[in-house]
Amino acid sequence: MDFLIPNQLNYPILSTLIFLPLTGAFVLFLIRDETAAKIWTLVVSLVVFALSLPLYFNFDPATYKYQFAEHSPWIPAFNINYTLGIDGISLFLVLLSTLLIPICILASWKYIEKRVKEFLFCLLLMETACVGVFSALDFVLFYIFWEAMLVPMYLLIAVWGGPEKVYASFKFFLYTMAGSVFLMVAMIALYLTAGTFSIPELMTHTYSFKFQFWIFLAFGIAFAIKVPMAPFHTWLPAAHVEAPTAGSVLLASILLKMGTYGFVRFCLPITPQASVYFAPYVLFMSIISIIYGGYVALGQTDMKRLIAYSSVAHMGFVTLGTFLFNKHGLEGAVIQMINHGITTGALFLCVGIIYERSHSRLIKDNSGISKIMPVYIGFFGFFCLSSMAFPGTNSFVGELLVLIGAFTDNRLIGALSIPGVVLAAAYMLRLLQKIAWGGKGNSHLSDMNLREIVYLAPLAVFVLWIGFAPAPFLDMIHATVNHLVEQVQAADAVALVR
Amino acid sequence: MDYKLFLPEIYLLLTALVFFCQSLWKSSARLNQEIALILSGIGIIITFYSINLSGEIFYRSYRIDLFSQVFKCLISLGLFLVIMLGRKLKSIEDKYQPEFFMFLSISSLGLMMMVSSVELLTLFIAMELSSYSLYILIPIRKEINVGKMEAAIKYILFGAAATGIMLFGMSYIFGMTQSTYLADILKKMPELLSQPVAVIGLFFIMCGFFFKLAVVPFHFWTPDVYEGAANITVSFIATMPKLAAVALLLRFAGLAGAGAADLIQVLVLLAAVSMTFGNLAALVQKDLKRLLAYSSIAHAGYVMLGALTMNTIGFAAAVYHITGYLLMNLACFLVLCSVSRDGENVSVSDLSGLYRRSPLLALTLAVGAFALAGIPPTAGFTGKFFLFTAALSRGHLALVIIAAVNTAVSIFYYLNIVRFAYGKDPGELPEVPLSFSNRLLNYGLITAIILMGALPTLFIELAKTACETIIT
Repeated sequence: MDFLIPNQLNYPILSTLIFLPLTGAFVLFLIRDETAAKIWTLVVSLVVFALSLPLYFNFDPATYKYQFAEHSPWIPAFNINYTLGIDGISLFLVLLSTLLIPICILASWKYIEKRVKEFLFCLLLMETACVGVFSALDFVLFYIFWEAMLVPMYLLIAVWGGPEKVYASFKFFLYTMAGSVFLMVAMIALYLTAGTFSIPELMTHTYSFKFQFWIFLAFGIAFAIKVPMAPFHTWLPAAHVEAPTAGSVLLASILLKMGTYGFVRFCLPITPQASVYFAPYVLFMSIISIIYGGYVALGQTDMKRLIAYSSVAHMGFVTLGTFLFNKHGLEGAVIQMINHGITTGALFLCVGIIYERSHSRLIKDNSGISKIMPVYIGFFGFFCLSSMAFPGTNSFVGELLVLIGAFTDNRLIGALSIPGVVLAAAYMLRLLQKIAWGGKGNSHLSDMNLREIVYLAPLAVFVLWIGFAPAPFLDMIHATVNHLVEQVQAADAVALVR
Repeated sequence: MDYKLFLPEIYLLLTALVFFCQSLWKSSARLNQEIALILSGIGIIITFYSINLSGEIFYRSYRIDLFSQVFKCLISLGLFLVIMLGRKLKSIEDKYQPEFFMFLSISSLGLMMMVSSVELLTLFIAMELSSYSLYILIPIRKEINVGKMEAAIKYILFGAAATGIMLFGMSYIFGMTQSTYLADILKKMPELLSQPVAVIGLFFIMCGFFFKLAVVPFHFWTPDVYEGAANITVSFIATMPKLAAVALLLRFAGLAGAGAADLIQVLVLLAAVSMTFGNLAALVQKDLKRLLAYSSIAHAGYVMLGALTMNTIGFAAAVYHITGYLLMNLACFLVLCSVSRDGENVSVSDLSGLYRRSPLLALTLAVGAFALAGIPPTAGFTGKFFLFTAALSRGHLALVIIAAVNTAVSIFYYLNIVRFAYGKDPGELPEVPLSFSNRLLNYGLITAIILMGALPTLFIELAKTACETIIT
């Protein structure tokens, strides 16, 4: 248990973050009035966000160990424990989750008209599952949150989604579930080999290469579907387009991160040799995702679909950085996870805002509105610049680090991923150009109201903050990433000696 | 003889007698339903009271131990739930209702006796007691053109054939060991296991339980009986005999022990075929009961994963899973019985827009279906997880991978049910009113399925202790 640093605070902060939304969700059943339910949910999620801030302020950036840890036996018959803890990688993902839920609630304030309470219930369940996934240190606990998240997400799409919601939600569920059953078998196989479900303990164990090979494959399929990497990405555009705004935001900002988080948390430290062995293939798939995603985004007429494909490209950068196994690449990957969560989430919120007014997501129906909705175009343009990694925005920092990592590792990989950056500029500028200046514009649209500004502003602040002063964020990740790189390289060295 | 040991059985016998008396004169249907509910409720208390008893009665042929008592508790609980969820007995004619409850009680009595029998002939009689009551129950149904007779005859014919095979196996075992007592057989089993005849004998005996459990190739009756019998009868057949069958399967698997490599091979084969066939056939079903029938065949395959491990943890996992199955299956049947207005069969499309017609039922259906599919944090997931772990720890990697692929396949049709309930428009379909007790049952089952899945420790430890008594 020397990987866990006992909770520095005098209350179980992670459990609170997990179970407070759940409790809040059940209280919703007692509230009859819909407005009251909305206010209650907003208050709960804001309290959760406020409670999550001590994680940042009390985080010790000097150690790679798991902090704020909680540990108690859960199912002794199978040596399953209730273990929670976070390190530099999961810290910001937890914070991102707690930040986005109140934003999602604000964004759905007017948009969701039917079954409001059930909608809010699903959002709070999502929060529980998200925080749980990123802070679980027991594999079974992780798996339960990982799978449990599918149900509220499925309902968000299937009940409150667009015209093709049934098809989209079905595909989403089937795809992700099909990937996860192998994760379960791999998890059990690891347990039977190492005798524990504790993730930190599993990392210290050494496994034969053949065993790692199969475990990596099982992990890889589950995570690659979730990321999603081409060619497993086909569920994503459908799900994104049909989901309500809040669903799209959660899907893009948090669910996709679970895939890359899985690679970083499980594949690299538990199966390091297999990771090195498979790295060329994963890098190849990442580059394909970057270029293919960007290329397809270039031809889209639907705003949401365009952003969905841009997600595929951006997540390609994350997996690219992860499998370079050097410090810059991994740091870039981790910070890029956060950046994608902020920027793409904000872009989906922007699409949601215009959709509420024009009831269309097509670019041609929403073009030329720069004079009609100046504030909106201000925000939208800003996030578009961030998405194409304009210097001074958050994505620039992330992509730059990944590219530095790529060029240090192998010039060819670096050179191959450059077109992705150019493509990003092309499709984002095209989108921005058409929306802002591309036609006469529908003069009936009203500009953003205060509520909408309130929920977009924090995201804009983070875009600039990470863009100009990434140090407060990168400092937290250094120790963890360094340790991870050492873990992989040590195992690699062992393999070479043999 | 200590009558306290036999108390749950005596109580059920008395219940049956009460309904026998009620059937002699014209009694009000409502009164009968209330009596049934109250009596089965008291039955739960009595059975739980006797959970810690142990001892042997009837010349050592009848053993009361933790293993049998756990199953008796589950049976009495299941009986209560079945009576409660079909409270209005829409599909049973009023004049047959006392008989219906009488045979339900007698069948449960037979099941309780099954799990306590440790002698072959006692076991046989207990099993027939339970089966014959079911033979009568199946055709009791108001609707005419639903193939209820076909269902009844199929059940009798397949049942009789399976019983025949079972008796044949018993004769082999008796011939080899000169005893019908399991305790004596157990002593002689290790040296006999090298001989094919002992393996065949044991396997043939198990065939009787495979029939009850609907394991391929003894599953042919399942879809037709599910479709033909009344909804409430099916909710009984779909859950209770399976409990007893798993109990006996474990008892006999424990008799063979880990030395029976050939027997394990056969069980592996049956498990793989059963889950694959069940899930594939369920994919195309339109009738909800037929779908649940094929799903039950698949779940029989999953439970076998636990039985073929031949160790305590595997057996405990099987007990856990079949208990979870009882709850989640009953949750689905609760929805089915409530949606069916006059006791008619329910097709999957009848569930359209259920979340508008009755949000609570839709939630119960979603929880039940997701649990059957094995999605955490429900009992279905935890059970499957335990079973996979137990089987993999014995090196059955291929079988576990087949089971995992099957789980992925099965998501399709379980999710399809939820899709109809949540994703489709209700159209002309009416709202489903729920009575207070019905609501209570909904909440109870949802809570039980999730709690059992999230906090399994108490039950799995109990099951482990119980299974230790039957392992050689």
